Amino acid sequence: MIETLTQLSYVVATALFILALHWMNDPRTARRGVYAGVAAMLIAVLATWAQPQIIVHHLWILLAIAAGFIVGWPLSRVPLTAVPQRTALSHSFGGLAAGLVGAAEYFLWRTEAPANLTPFRTTAIVAEIILGFLTFTGSLMAAGKLQEVRWIPQRPVTFPLQNVVNIGLLVLAVALGAGLVLHPAAIWSATVFLVIIGLALAFGVLLIIPIGGADMPTVISILNSYAGLSAVAMGFVLDNKLLITAGALDGSSGLILSIIMCKAMNRSFTNVLFGAFGKVEAPKAGGAQKVYKTETIEGAAQVLEQASLVVIVPGYGMAVAQAQHKVRELYDQLKKRGITVKFAIHPVAGRMPGHMNVLLAEADIPYTDLVEMDEINPDMPQCDVALVIGANDVVNPAARTEKGSPIYGMPIIDADKARTVFAIKRSKNPGFAGIDNELYYSDKTWMLFGDAKAVVGELVKQLSGGSGMH
Amino acid sequence: MSGRPIATLTISLLAGSAALAAPSPEPAEVSASAAAAAHAPGGGASLDYWSMLFVFMLATFIGIGVIRRVSRLLHTPLMSLTNAISAIAVVGSIIVTGSDHPLRIRILGAIALFASMTNIVSGFLITDRMLKMFKGDGGRR
Repeated sequence: MIETLTQLSYVVATALFILALHWMNDPRTARRGVYAGVAAMLIAVLATWAQPQIIVHHLWILLAIAAGFIVGWPLSRVPLTAVPQRTALSHSFGGLAAGLVGAAEYFLWRTEAPANLTPFRTTAIVAEIILGFLTFTGSLMAAGKLQEVRWIPQRPVTFPLQNVVNIGLLVLAVALGAGLVLHPAAIWSATVFLVIIGLALAFGVLLIIPIGGADMPTVISILNSYAGLSAVAMGFVLDNKLLITAGALDGSSGLILSIIMCKAMNRSFTNVLFGAFGKVEAPKAGGAQKVYKTETIEGAAQVLEQASLVVIVPGYGMAVAQAQHKVRELYDQLKKRGITVKFAIHPVAGRMPGHMNVLLAEADIPYTDLVEMDEINPDMPQCDVALVIGANDVVNPAARTEKGSPIYGMPIIDADKARTVFAIKRSKNPGFAGIDNELYYSDKTWMLFGDAKAVVGELVKQLSGGSGMH
Repeated sequence: MSGRPIATLTISLLAGSAALAAPSPEPAEVSASAAAAAHAPGGGASLDYWSMLFVFMLATFIGIGVIRRVSRLLHTPLMSLTNAISAIAVVGSIIVTGSDHPLRIRILGAIALFASMTNIVSGFLITDRMLKMFKGDGGRR
């Protein structure tokens, strides 16, 4: 009877999870999706808790749940600029949970019920711990890089034979896993099991250290997928179809996001993971000394006032400077003058998929003015002013022309087709990919050097004060 | 919009996979599952791994179909929502923590339960917090 109720609740929870994701297809129904997800999770937890074999240790469960609330609540209040690191951190928690449950089941069955360790289950356990623990350390590294923790190098770290070492570690772990499947309860198996865990932990670290900030959106998506797949493996181990479906939903979500990110950079999975993008290229010898043209705040404000269509291209620099609220004030000032203002959003702008949209939504900019790259590009020739705020590679024309450039072939926002370009930039250094940007030397580009928040703030002051001068 | 057919498809696929999941002990498995019954996590259900692979395959395709329709505006909230959903590992953690197992096993389970619970709480809360901020033209002010 209880078993029937449990399975029934799991079926209902699965349907609710699917509906939750379905409702995310429109910002108007998206919050309903969250409620469906919460309901499904509640049903799943209660149905599991009510199972007859959980006769003792309710206090343990309560304490662990309470601790989860105590840590989880502050993690949900982080500033939105810190959302990429929070997401990476929660992938690592997901990986850890899967890995630990896999290890617990293995050691339990090894001593108490070796018959449970069928080849199928043991394979699933090996997959669960490899995926779980590599996601754990990999995501921790990614979170550390995003948070700019001091002892984690920001720039990609490379060493000779890096890919050989990495792949070798993984192959070794899989080979040991195969041995474990053949002899799940041998005397040496416990040691081998721990060695596999160690290899997975090391592989996770090594996988992330050669990856630079510009590749973070892809890497976060891939880790998202791994966290889901480790839950699927747990479902295979525990013979639980709810785990399999929910894990598969997460896995496919991560997969699709990583495909979108890769397409937006014109790169393949293998290239992201093993390509060590962001290595600083040796500067080209020779070549004419190119000069930037700078513009004053007053001049820029005047040009903006004359425009009828302004397209703002935000990038990671806007997030770093926390400039989104000032950008909103600028948006209001321009709107007040009857100027059309749109935001051009590149899929990989920022450090995770959709990063810019969330920041701009936080600043109360209606999502109807946030336009995807493919939709805004045909309008760019009609655009009077393109205002680039802290974006670099996503507007670099070298992606169209220079075959040798690491970003060659990447689709970009055609800021260079606008009549005038203003680019706000913190310093004269090249962007994260270490590539010089032709756009900044173009005839129609004027630079506004400085912190994005300060520069936009000055523009707003000029525009609001300037109206009195007429 | 195109939402209806997907929901219908989803429900019929679910019904199909539920039917596949019905216990059907294979003769070769009987001895193993009898010995395992005392500790089998599914409460003695047979180890029907073909139906599990079916469920995995179908769920992946449903996931791809549903996720591809998600608005690009919402990719960040989507990721935090799927984070919370993949914390369904909480189910496994509860089983390991609450059953009558040796202490060290339960400690592993409790840590896993803590980690999953953190993801559930922070994942759902931050998703809702972000979604609240998305306002259309009319919603402003």
